[in-house]
Amino acid sequence: MPLHIWINGAVALFVLGAAVATWRLRRNALWREAGRELWRRRPLALAFVALYSALALCDSISWIDAEGTGVREPRSLLVRAFPVDFQEASYSAPLADVEFYGGQPLQHPGAHWLGTDILGRDVLLQALRGARVALLVGGLTSLIAIPLALLFGVAAGYRGGWLDDLVLFLISVLFAMPGLLLLIALIMALGRGPVQVCVALGVTGWVSFARLARGETLKLRELDYVQAARALGVSELRIIVRHVVPNLMHLVVITFVLMFSSLVLTEAVLAWLGLGIDGSWGQMIDRARDELSRDPIIWWNLTAASAALFGLILAVNLVGDAVRDILDPRTLRERA
Amino acid sequence: MSERVLEVEGLVVTFPGDTGRTAVVDHVDLTLDAGEALALVGESGCGKSMTALSLLRLVPKPGRIEAGRIQIAGQDVLTLPIPALRSLRGRGAAMVFQEPMTSLNPVLTVGAQVVEAIRLHERVGANAARRRAAELFAHVGIPDPEARLDAYPHQLSGGMKQRAMIAIALAARPKLLIADEPTTALDVTIQAQILDLLRDLRRDSGMALLLITHDLGIVNEVADRVAVMYAGQLVETGSRELVLGAARHPYTQGLLRSIPALAPRGARLSEIPGSVPSAGAWPSGCRFHPRCPRAFEPCPRIDPGWTELRAGQRARCHAVAKEEAS
Repeated sequence: MPLHIWINGAVALFVLGAAVATWRLRRNALWREAGRELWRRRPLALAFVALYSALALCDSISWIDAEGTGVREPRSLLVRAFPVDFQEASYSAPLADVEFYGGQPLQHPGAHWLGTDILGRDVLLQALRGARVALLVGGLTSLIAIPLALLFGVAAGYRGGWLDDLVLFLISVLFAMPGLLLLIALIMALGRGPVQVCVALGVTGWVSFARLARGETLKLRELDYVQAARALGVSELRIIVRHVVPNLMHLVVITFVLMFSSLVLTEAVLAWLGLGIDGSWGQMIDRARDELSRDPIIWWNLTAASAALFGLILAVNLVGDAVRDILDPRTLRERA
Repeated sequence: MSERVLEVEGLVVTFPGDTGRTAVVDHVDLTLDAGEALALVGESGCGKSMTALSLLRLVPKPGRIEAGRIQIAGQDVLTLPIPALRSLRGRGAAMVFQEPMTSLNPVLTVGAQVVEAIRLHERVGANAARRRAAELFAHVGIPDPEARLDAYPHQLSGGMKQRAMIAIALAARPKLLIADEPTTALDVTIQAQILDLLRDLRRDSGMALLLITHDLGIVNEVADRVAVMYAGQLVETGSRELVLGAARHPYTQGLLRSIPALAPRGARLSEIPGSVPSAGAWPSGCRFHPRCPRAFEPCPRIDPGWTELRAGQRARCHAVAKEEAS
């Protein structure tokens, strides 16, 4: 019986990678301390983030059933938690027994906790599946934008001279363009797939962190321990890798968390313009626009997607603020 | 005990100013043999630290070494290609900086930093390097060295940090240790411990020590020879006994009179009027003449040359030259 295992996109790798990275960081006393402090301050928000991550992970491990079961599409762990043919003909209200228009009896009466959409698909399942897309947008884009920003920012700040001028010019040019227009143009040029959208978001999103990294590197470059390393005969590359970049890591973590939520929101804006990723909350909200003007009103679609989006953004922002408080060198010094 | 470790001749370091490049270090000559300790003394802003940095070609931009010759352990520092210069740094001469609080990388354990310094200059495995690091820590008097290797800088006191810095500097067994105000940021009891440590290290390993300081009390305790610097120039050099006991240059005399422990008991402590002129605004002739109690007719016009005194003592002063001539 051949079992096809589909790792859907990169999300499973992100979640597992993040788990492994967290585990590895526990070996470093400074990070372990910061992690404990974070858990002490924001247990609920962290639990929420973990919940969303678990949902995304469950939705990214999928496989095709053996022949003879009648289903050809690969189905994820998350989808498998619901009945195989969990679908109605059209709209139904949350926990309803009959269709919203017409009053035909449902196949699964009372089972759709958040109702169904125009095609009769379960809204709860769609909202849960949105977590995978959100993590893809936030994770993959950060993975593109942050290394790019570190590379340009640190190189410019450390080397100075013409390289600094060049990078600053690039940053100024990107800042001078209206972000959304540039984003739309890039997506038009690259195509509409999920990876393309992430690349477009990443390429436009690195500038502000690059500027921050450059400024911080300028400061670090003159610090005593960098001078001391130089006096010991440490090569410039090694100084960057061991003495400059590790001292930027707190900024990387803070930027990652704060960037994550803004990226998920930007995707929602793109979806509203019809340029989003299939299955995202943004797309659900976009589709629900017309339903608000129906009579009687179809409210559960919009509500479910918005609540799911709101929950993730709020949790991530709360974690982000706590992370900033904990990792900011000024508050760090007070605790030490 | 006579191996020449450091030889500096006519060192000139310039920085760009309003009127072209001005020399903040102006024709400085220094020599240092193995096992010897030389103290470079002067007020803040007289070019001591810049002299120290230039020895390893670490002068920060836009500063530049304009002229001169520097030899460390027989190698010509100023013409050395970068890779060779890198291996000279740390192995030929190592530096200990003034601020132990900021001279250690806050995100690495001190052990990792010692191990880095060891493995930079020697091909040894991680475990062997760690053992060496623990030995170094024990050597510089850090109690419980094994455990302290895993401490972060913020977990150590100032004195411990300075000991760790010295351990890092000693990692590659340098022939010359340049210590730039190593005890200025520490309190007095810790100061004494660090100075004892430096003296012991020098005695045990035959390492030469170049001590940069403005504290003549420290000079008295540690140095064999003293070089006094004023406004970018050396003004008096000689053995510790002669320079501290029978100083000839009015600037050195002024410095000595302003130290409570060395001044005659009961006498009013004196100070040198005015302050060090800033680089680029140096007076003509002898640079000390506006503040000098013994300035006379040639001082504002003619730069005094060296006057050789007894036993290698030299002073750059018209008044001393006149005394010697008569």
